[in-house]
Amino acid sequence: MNVVVLSKFVPNPEGVPEMGDDFLLKREGVEGSLDPGDEFGVEAGLQLADTTGGEVTVVSMGPEAGATQAIRKALSMGAAKGVMISDPQLKGSDALVTAKVLAAAVQRAGFDVVIAGVESTDGYTGTLPMTLAELLGVPALTFAKHIENRDGTIVIQRQTETGYDVVEAPAPVVITVTAGANSPRYPTLKGIMQAKQKPVDQVTVSDLGLAEADTQPTQTVEAVNAAPEKAAGEVIEDDGNAASRIADLLAEAKVI
Amino acid sequence: MAKIWIYADVTGGKVNSGALELLTKARSIDGAEVAAVALGPGATDAAATLGEHGAATVYASDDAVYDDHLAQPAAHALKQLVDEHQPNLILFGLTYPSRDVAGRLQALTGSTLMSNASDLPSTDTAQTQIFGATKIVDVKLGGPDPKLVIFRPKSFPAEPSGGSANVVAVNAEIGDDLKKAKRTERHEEEATGPKLEDAAVVVSGGRGLQDASNFKLIEELAAAIGKAATGATRAIVDSGWVPYSYQVGQTGKTVKPSVYIAVGISGATQHLVGMKESKRIIAINKDPEAPIFKIADLGVVGDALKILPQLTEEVKKRKG
Repeated sequence: MNVVVLSKFVPNPEGVPEMGDDFLLKREGVEGSLDPGDEFGVEAGLQLADTTGGEVTVVSMGPEAGATQAIRKALSMGAAKGVMISDPQLKGSDALVTAKVLAAAVQRAGFDVVIAGVESTDGYTGTLPMTLAELLGVPALTFAKHIENRDGTIVIQRQTETGYDVVEAPAPVVITVTAGANSPRYPTLKGIMQAKQKPVDQVTVSDLGLAEADTQPTQTVEAVNAAPEKAAGEVIEDDGNAASRIADLLAEAKVI
Repeated sequence: MAKIWIYADVTGGKVNSGALELLTKARSIDGAEVAAVALGPGATDAAATLGEHGAATVYASDDAVYDDHLAQPAAHALKQLVDEHQPNLILFGLTYPSRDVAGRLQALTGSTLMSNASDLPSTDTAQTQIFGATKIVDVKLGGPDPKLVIFRPKSFPAEPSGGSANVVAVNAEIGDDLKKAKRTERHEEEATGPKLEDAAVVVSGGRGLQDASNFKLIEELAAAIGKAATGATRAIVDSGWVPYSYQVGQTGKTVKPSVYIAVGISGATQHLVGMKESKRIIAINKDPEAPIFKIADLGVVGDALKILPQLTEEVKKRKG
């Protein structure tokens, strides 16, 4: 099975995010990495390709430096090739624009299975893979915490609020993978060296046959305001009486 | 006059409480014509509750196709309803099924979709909170109707208005090509104690607990307090210490208990979004610089593994 894995470069999730004057998250010249959530997608893709004799193509959209870093990481884990979509026209793209661009890129690459993380660690929109599936006209198996291939039918355990469901669909299909679904492999030194030789196809919006109208975002930020701040509380060092202080507060709140 | 629709998730015959919160908000908007769409077994029965919370019309179908085949049938039925009735705005709760339906509907309608919204100042502006909810962003929703907005749970209170809904049966055409994804089994994890979203007290643990085996200290404290639920950060859920159903945060549950006790939790944005509206926040962390202390009513800098057993004993003692 040929698997396309979607990947995204995100600013360091542990860092303090910055916003530009245009109200857009700063994505260039910031420290970052392949979205940690996408590592689970890459791992799931590699496992699926390995057991079915296919290969993994990793697709990333975004400013060149970051997208390259995201793709390289996936290639060093074992993906066979990359597709990088970088185009100034795409700055500030919303989810619909991104879905259209990715759908065109995925179709161009050819796929049996498309794998994405459940949501990005920076934007958290969490609907793009489903929009993509609809644009591609294929079913989607979402929130997978376990994935299995049974003769071309993909069977997943789908995370629910109270447990999980077993859900299946024949390929071609889009799958979203939850964080924690597997243990992403670490790139080996050999993998890192090989990644530098693997092909990465660089494409623009026009290469994908999209019109300018397809890349117009439909959302604009009108204002950004500080949220009302909570009055600062008290911070104490534990001197052996902390438990008692906490219990006082619980009693005050009438929960004990 | 704005036509506002609420997509009501009816998994397993039960309406998601988010739909009732959104109806309460929608009916407060001047001149709004409010309707709900409920698809799947139990939808018609749910119409009464939806009506009580402000839906004048409920488009309903009890057809199991909507439950058995994930989002594709529902998104296409919704598209057919949209074409027929032309709503201006459709509001969704942040649930798994609703996210799937909203994402697909966006591809069908070509309209804007905003996720993680926290408020709706006007029918073409929605608000969201970013950077650990320290900033509020006003987003203008452009493009064609209907605008699609997904709201975080508990963004609004759910209050019945005493109204009742006119139920309109949905008879959408669902082709076999929309039934390729199929649910074959359901598994419920056994839950003990009160539900996280409803508990008066939530005791949550994070990486600072150092080891999965130490989560029992959290459980022991919750048991001693009583009426307390246990929660967790994404970090320890991803590490497999506790099941996903424990997760509080951006991904995971949103809680507003009367007391939230954060143990060994640094306070990453991901986590804060799910608990910062708690009435009282108590934090125990050994790092005095941990961001959690900025929102804590009482912060304790110290060793959680030492303090937890002491606190459990103290609570037991006081409760007699």
